[in-house]
Amino acid sequence: MEAHPVGSRWAMKARERGAKIIHVDPHYSRTSAISDMHVPIRAGSDIAFLGGLIRHIIETESYFREYVVNYTNAATIVNADYQGPEELEGVFSGFDSGSGTYDRSSWMYEGGEVASAAGQREHSTQAFSDRTGAGMMTGNVRSDETLSDPRCIFQIMKRHYARYTPEMVERICGISEEQFLRVAETLIANSGRERTTMLAYAVGWTQHSSGVQMIRAGSIVQLLLGNIGRPGGGIMAMRGHASIQGSSDIPTLYEILPGYLPMPRANDDDLTLAGYVSGGGSQRGWWSHFDNYIVSLLKAWFGDAATPENGFGFPWLPKISGNHSHYPTMLRAFEGKLDGLLVMGQNPAVGSANAGLQRRALGAMKWLVVRDLAEVETANFWTEAPEDIGTEVFLMPAASHVEKEGHFTNTQRLLQWRDKAVDPPGDARSELHFTHHIAKRVMAHYEDSEDPKDWPLVNLHWPYSEHGSEQEPVVEEVLKEINGYDLETGELVPGFAQLKADGTTSSGCWIYSGCFADGVNQTRRRDPGDLDAPGGSVSPEWGWAWPANRRILYNRASADPDGKPWSERKKYVWWDEEREQWTGYDVPDFPVGKRPDYTAPDDAEGMDAISGDDPFIMMADGRAWLYSPSGLLDGPLPAHYEPYESPVPNHLYPKMGANPAAITWTHAANPIVPPGDDEYPIIASTFRLTEHHTAGPMSRNLPWLSELQPEMFVEIDPQLAAERGIEDGEWMTVVSPRAEIEARAKVTSRVQPLRMGDRVMHQVCMPWHWGAYTSSPQGVTGDAANDLIAISGDPNVSIQESKAFRCDVRAGRRDRATTERQAGTQDVESDHPPEEPKKLSQTDQADFR
Amino acid sequence: MTEIAIDRPESRRMGFFTDTTVCIGCKACEVACKQWNDLPADGAVFRKTSSYDHTGSLSASTWRHVRFVEQTEPVPLPDLPAYGGGNGGHGEVDLVAAAEAHGVPQMDRWLFMSDVCKHCTNAGCLDACPTGALIRTEFETVIVQPDVCNGCGYCVPSCPFGVINRDPYDGRAAKCTLCYDRLEDGLEPACAKSCPTDSILFGPYDELVETAKGRVLALHERGVTDAYLYGAGDEPGEQLAGELGAFFLLTAPPERFGLPAQAESPAQENGPVATAAGLAAAALGLAAAVGAFARAHRR
Amino acid sequence: MGSSRPRIFEGLRELPVVGRALDWGMGASAASAETKKAGSRIAGLKVTESVCPYCAVGCGQLVYTRDGELVDVEGNPRSPINQGTLCPKGAASRQLVQQPGRLTKIKYRRPYATEWEELDLETAMDMIAERMIAAREDHWEERDEQGWKVDRTRGFAHLGGATLDNEENYLLKKLYTAMGAIQIENQARI
Repeated sequence: MEAHPVGSRWAMKARERGAKIIHVDPHYSRTSAISDMHVPIRAGSDIAFLGGLIRHIIETESYFREYVVNYTNAATIVNADYQGPEELEGVFSGFDSGSGTYDRSSWMYEGGEVASAAGQREHSTQAFSDRTGAGMMTGNVRSDETLSDPRCIFQIMKRHYARYTPEMVERICGISEEQFLRVAETLIANSGRERTTMLAYAVGWTQHSSGVQMIRAGSIVQLLLGNIGRPGGGIMAMRGHASIQGSSDIPTLYEILPGYLPMPRANDDDLTLAGYVSGGGSQRGWWSHFDNYIVSLLKAWFGDAATPENGFGFPWLPKISGNHSHYPTMLRAFEGKLDGLLVMGQNPAVGSANAGLQRRALGAMKWLVVRDLAEVETANFWTEAPEDIGTEVFLMPAASHVEKEGHFTNTQRLLQWRDKAVDPPGDARSELHFTHHIAKRVMAHYEDSEDPKDWPLVNLHWPYSEHGSEQEPVVEEVLKEINGYDLETGELVPGFAQLKADGTTSSGCWIYSGCFADGVNQTRRRDPGDLDAPGGSVSPEWGWAWPANRRILYNRASADPDGKPWSERKKYVWWDEEREQWTGYDVPDFPVGKRPDYTAPDDAEGMDAISGDDPFIMMADGRAWLYSPSGLLDGPLPAHYEPYESPVPNHLYPKMGANPAAITWTHAANPIVPPGDDEYPIIASTFRLTEHHTAGPMSRNLPWLSELQPEMFVEIDPQLAAERGIEDGEWMTVVSPRAEIEARAKVTSRVQPLRMGDRVMHQVCMPWHWGAYTSSPQGVTGDAANDLIAISGDPNVSIQESKAFRCDVRAGRRDRATTERQAGTQDVESDHPPEEPKKLSQTDQADFR
Repeated sequence: MTEIAIDRPESRRMGFFTDTTVCIGCKACEVACKQWNDLPADGAVFRKTSSYDHTGSLSASTWRHVRFVEQTEPVPLPDLPAYGGGNGGHGEVDLVAAAEAHGVPQMDRWLFMSDVCKHCTNAGCLDACPTGALIRTEFETVIVQPDVCNGCGYCVPSCPFGVINRDPYDGRAAKCTLCYDRLEDGLEPACAKSCPTDSILFGPYDELVETAKGRVLALHERGVTDAYLYGAGDEPGEQLAGELGAFFLLTAPPERFGLPAQAESPAQENGPVATAAGLAAAALGLAAAVGAFARAHRR
Repeated sequence: MGSSRPRIFEGLRELPVVGRALDWGMGASAASAETKKAGSRIAGLKVTESVCPYCAVGCGQLVYTRDGELVDVEGNPRSPINQGTLCPKGAASRQLVQQPGRLTKIKYRRPYATEWEELDLETAMDMIAERMIAAREDHWEERDEQGWKVDRTRGFAHLGGATLDNEENYLLKKLYTAMGAIQIENQARI
């Protein structure tokens, strides 16, 4: 709520109607203040906490049995070879300690092979060489609906979490057993047929070396309590940018194509479209339509040049072969291997981990293009030492949100159109204008090329018309292309169900298909409807949600296996026996005429393999996965591992410190505090302020916002402040192996020291909105928290661990440049290429003990 | 109450009900006010011992101001000033000393309160104004007319709440107008419109008071027994400045938020009408004033 | 408290200049000339519907303009997401657009230069396209070290997208992929 104040409008309305709000966060924020309970767990101990909840729900038999048995894979029997961290001292079966990776074959269901909902979409180094088997779900799996077979997932989970007791939670998380039990009982009391509980999270869960598993653990809690696919339930990612959801759906991301289709990889399969489809598609469930989506995308991109004979152009697409994400790319740049970078509306010089390293990487490039509203640090980093920095910089003025039309996708998958209100000033232009006119130049350059490598540019379908004196491309033409066409009739397709694999349809992003149905820009719909009517809060005519305007995913789970609402109070989507179809307040996320009592034959394929009581249609088995036999690189069940830089041992798995599959980049400019090091005894975490936005360019320069939070500060508990002679409002310095920064001290009881066994552990918490530059005399500047933070990665998605790291603090200002201690490290080469990150070394783990 | 300077037969008294129990301390009201009224930022000063409050107090350029009160336990409460200007509770607590003496105090509550001009029934500023710049509008709100104000500053010490101030650049007095310009066009004031949690409610004064009384009862039933109204619903004789057009629901003593426990227009304490302008106006507006009083006391 | 906000005045939104014609009556001596003229500066102005550019909640905004000039940005009361409200950032978004130091010209910095220079748009676009093409050509990889076919360039990279429109991200990904560029990233991973 601190970072999404208008989102809290609805939390507060719910609270007024009797809902309980529980805030789990090391840091007491404005969210805590309006919550019924604040649970200050130690930064990075979330899986111990959530695992404790899972154990408590199972042990007290408080799970929603009918939901769990019918809608999750709790009953499914797992391979006899599977072993978990209980048996293997902290790792799962298949672990190779040399490479720090898992062979995941033993995690499979017995009698069947299954790939994740996203098919071969796993990210990071390992996934490029390690295939999890072609197709999703082959063979037939066994299940035990009594949940008593020792190898069924329910029993595996029960054993896996048996030691996550309230005492263990207290020991690891630093909260009292009593408080933990209060949380557990509140969640249980507010879940079931009549009530639902919602989990909302933000980067406090994602920015960890086990970030993906934290969210998985939250999902398990929600599935056990029957809170997915139902109104008032779910697991909500509170995302931080206006269209961060959209930029994942239609990705400016390296490992996916629009609609979460995987980027082709450097291997035999992806040399041909057929190989790619067999690796990425599936025989069962919705992904069986995979070929329709990739072919329609290729038709959108290459038009008439895309033919069945040439694989619709697929073989010319670039292939990925390692981790090409943001951090390794900047490390390559640091090593002088990147010529140029285009940055649009992002500020890595302040906002990315190890920001000092980021700035030096920018200085090692030949050229840099930055598009923004003002002169951000990423554009003017060179002013620190112009004579040493050879980077050629183009800083281009961008159009603001009211100066162009187009649409954002918000955190609930809602596409909302913005009309244009005013012209951009001077030479400011939209990114659409920039991209379009660069594309025209590049295509003109290659127009006559016969070099096979230039085929995609020679044949790029780029039909957009222009308008106005600025020759702005027509935005709705792009949206129509995203929606897709029936190429035989020239009509817009009504939705992704109409997409075909024979080249007669196009769609730039299959999950967005339908956003221009009936020739109407559905994202521009603005009828909120009657909010007070039954189900009225769904507002189906306001904007358009992907997929197919569904507001709650997997909403078939809001009805019981027979298709009746679980309760009148929580009625949402149900089976109408008279009309023989699914109906309700939302668009049913299920084949509309499939009867609840339909049983899929064993040999069925495609959607026919999904029975009428299998709500999770994107999964090959139609079930929500408590246990993930595939799809994750660091274990089928979340296990508690300490953060990389944790100062405490792992009480659950003493032989293990951090996530053994997590990644980092060894580099002299990116040192990590070794386990057991006493030099940095304090736990640090970062947070956001209501008054500011991310790395600051959209708030620091605005006088109305900068006066509200004018300086970088660090929140510190009174005891630590007394020990170090730090006074409220005075300067203090925070030191990590990466940098040292200065900030104002905010001495407050909102940060509490933790009692961890016989030790007291201090935490400091800091916002990260400040940097060196302001566009306005009334704007504010300050040191960047990200200078302190190491580049590291969750094994699944390569997100850095910025919510738990180690530091030390002292009174007074810093007496040198923030990253001076790292000067001279540029000559030190890393012992591995950036695209192959290192696993946390097992030697380090041993030292730690 | 002084007379109403503008007669509009259908107009009613309008006000704000600020309910601190749903305030999330986001400061949207503070910014929305500056945006609408084109008020400048007051500079960027990091204030010590003021929690998340860095704008300090209401001023000629800050017409909505959010206070932050960090309540800790079990540190004994220090003595607090009677009213005005302070930082609320937290400012006077030396947490470091407390930590050394008692261990780290636990957080009890973090209270937020969006302060604003009270648009008093007995408005000290208006009573003190010798130029007629301060008037009561047809919505029974109190506004400064910048084209009349000569910057004498008499109003400043006459406000028992420390609300009105002179602009440091042009010297004229300035404060919340309850968005008089927006009201003229049938628009809700900017702060109330922006408030994400409806902590600031705007509406006809009578209705707001009824809503607020109901809210206090509901909170009491829920166990929030320290909820009370500040500036509305008091018995005659115990009213703050004859009741406040912008009143509050609080859950801690008013001093915690820098509000006085008692307030009255200094001028009205000394006599019914203190200025020539007021005399003239009183004669003209007697009927309206009596009507307003009657309405105010019916509750 | 119910879910509805006090909206008694909202209904009058369509009548921009209520009251101006009314009798000012006996208070006229106290009401100044300016006070009598008082009215909201957005009455009768053009309104455009937009969406807040900050976080991902997606609050509706109303953008008021006079002759192509931005006058006011407020919450859209019809949006079921925010019902007219905004947070401090959303409420400040007019200042985002009109911020002091808003760029209107291209700034160009030569290697090792100590100052910015100005550059016209077309020249800058030509220079950037040339550099992207050169980076593509200089770093073209038909096969990687293991001999796999990769058909790509790692000569240049892209960062950013979470603040952009979906149409913009779409064209960016389409162009870059056609150029063989793979190091395309945005804020979703940080």
